[in-house]
Amino acid sequence: MFKLINSVIVLSVLVATSAFADGHKLKVGMITTLSGGGSGLGIDVRDGFMLAIKNNKNIEIIIEDDQRKPDIAVQLADKMIQSEKVDVLTGIIWSNLAMAVVPAAVNQGKFYLSPNAGPSALAGKGCHKNYFNVAWQNDNLHEAAGGHANSAGFKKTFILAPNYPAGKDALTGFKRYFKGELAGEIYTKLGQKDYSVEIAQIRASNADSIFFFLPGGMGIGFMKQYAQSGISIPVVGPAFSFDQGILKAVGVAALGVKNTSQWSKDLDNEANKTFVADFRKEFGRLPSLYASQGYDTGKLLISAMEKANVKDADSFRDAIRAADFDSTRGSFKFASNHHPIQDIYVREVIKEGDILTNKIVSIGLKDHSNAYVDQCSM
Amino acid sequence: MTFELFIEQLLNGVQFGFMLFLMSAGLTLIFGVMGLINLAHGSFYMVGAFSAAAVATVFGSFWLSLLASLIFASLAGVIVEVLVIRRLYNRDHLDQVLATFALILLFSESVRWIFGAYPLYLDVPDILSGTIQIMGGIYYSKYRLFIIMVGLLLSIFLFFLIGKTNLGVQIRAGQHDREMISALGVDISKLYTFLFGIGAALAGLAGALVGTIQSVEVGMGEPVLILAFVVIVIGGIGSIKGALVASLIVGCVDTMGRFLVPWLLTTITDPSTAMSIGSAIASMLIYILMAIVLIIRPTGLFGKVLT
Repeated sequence: MFKLINSVIVLSVLVATSAFADGHKLKVGMITTLSGGGSGLGIDVRDGFMLAIKNNKNIEIIIEDDQRKPDIAVQLADKMIQSEKVDVLTGIIWSNLAMAVVPAAVNQGKFYLSPNAGPSALAGKGCHKNYFNVAWQNDNLHEAAGGHANSAGFKKTFILAPNYPAGKDALTGFKRYFKGELAGEIYTKLGQKDYSVEIAQIRASNADSIFFFLPGGMGIGFMKQYAQSGISIPVVGPAFSFDQGILKAVGVAALGVKNTSQWSKDLDNEANKTFVADFRKEFGRLPSLYASQGYDTGKLLISAMEKANVKDADSFRDAIRAADFDSTRGSFKFASNHHPIQDIYVREVIKEGDILTNKIVSIGLKDHSNAYVDQCSM
Repeated sequence: MTFELFIEQLLNGVQFGFMLFLMSAGLTLIFGVMGLINLAHGSFYMVGAFSAAAVATVFGSFWLSLLASLIFASLAGVIVEVLVIRRLYNRDHLDQVLATFALILLFSESVRWIFGAYPLYLDVPDILSGTIQIMGGIYYSKYRLFIIMVGLLLSIFLFFLIGKTNLGVQIRAGQHDREMISALGVDISKLYTFLFGIGAALAGLAGALVGTIQSVEVGMGEPVLILAFVVIVIGGIGSIKGALVASLIVGCVDTMGRFLVPWLLTTITDPSTAMSIGSAIASMLIYILMAIVLIIRPTGLFGKVLT
């Protein structure tokens, strides 16, 4: 309630010469979380995106901070659509914000490229021809975690996630692939930092493993308190709880944990090597999966601009759907509901020198699409 | 549900309660004695946590970092009181809210500017890590037990300070009649600065203690601030005793609610739905409690009854 109201960053890159005036110029509105809890995620997406479009004179971009509040995100979207007249919207991290903004935006004829949030509602019945998700459908990484739990031989898993759309998608996704029984299932409050109550229940449940989806600062609190609890059953999770941005804050408690991700810094392809090296050079830190998603979103946008003018919505849409760009993930294409078909990897948290980071140990799900393709008709 | 689980959850509630007390003690004193609504109290919590994290990174000592949180938060409190707050005592509450809200923005942006937007790391010292056997099959986190002890000691200290010392007499007198005690020769502005510093120090210590097992990040103070306001409204504004009782009640109701409500609902519906509805109801419990207290006793449990 009392957070920053005015931390608004407006960045205008360019407005170039008339030489390109007829061509494929375009205005992007980025709404993302840049202050308060969870700002690390938005900053990574922004930095990844800005790196991808660096030196591109045909993109004008406006960036604003949603403070992780749906009402503010809606106001920003209205402003960007009505007074700024943007062509493409992007940037939203949190699924509850995406649900508040995306349907209205795409119905007004704007394109929305999601660099993160992929709620099931927008992949199934609520899918839209102008909505593309460049990251994943929310369930995806959790499905891979469910699969990994099977192959690791877990029989009785305790699962927990925050009570918001992506949290529900997470547990649904995990349960879709996990074959064992559940020792317990908890929805926590979004933004919760103290997990003493949940950890006590895990202790009492006789579970043989834990699956948790707690993105951003939430996961830091959970892992640290779990490490103090004296419980020693293995933990699995999606990459969100073990990404580069928070590993430092979690500390050695994360070492050895298996997590699932569509991206990893050690993925062996040219686009990724360039991305990791450029990102380190530009920002002086290792990129996270969020940064890779922002970067891919930027590269996808540029690939579409080279083929079509955004004013010609149908051909621009086809150009995006073609996904004709070098993704940091290697192979990347869109399923018919405009969500990625991609490999999901199992990673392990390791120590490289003094730095905690991830390395790929296996492929969890190959060419994985999503469970909502059939429900979407566009 | 087992007995062990119940006891462990009760301890969790008490620990959460003491943490809330450290936060709300300063808030209620400042409001009660100076008549000031201080929204920036959560910023002292953040300052405490960040200074602890910075000192822990440089010197590697947990105890030194706790000391640093006390020093830096009280320093921040004193500076803010002298520069800004002092001018607000005679203004109405709207001016105070606006000015202290501005302080939140200033603090958050400065901390982000100095430390960056990524969460920082604080480690639990070896002596407090792991669990301890309390009785029978009950194991409890040493660190959380430590928080309970610190909270208990500081409550005793505060009760002693307010109830038994000369300074406490002045504070209580200030609550009743500001003009009279300044007429009696007490330097009221020094008293206010001191009180503000103490309140900020307690909030800072809470930030460091909690930051150690959670995450140290920009904006960490505001959610706690809202709970602290709930506590002082329930306890009665200006009452330390009220703040202590209400902190423990809110801590236990919130903790037990998060755990018992979904559990009770599983008897009437399937686990998945029960969890989802139960956690929604549980997060409302303390606000429902606050509403009930306000209906029955509009000035809070230990507040002065208006005549």
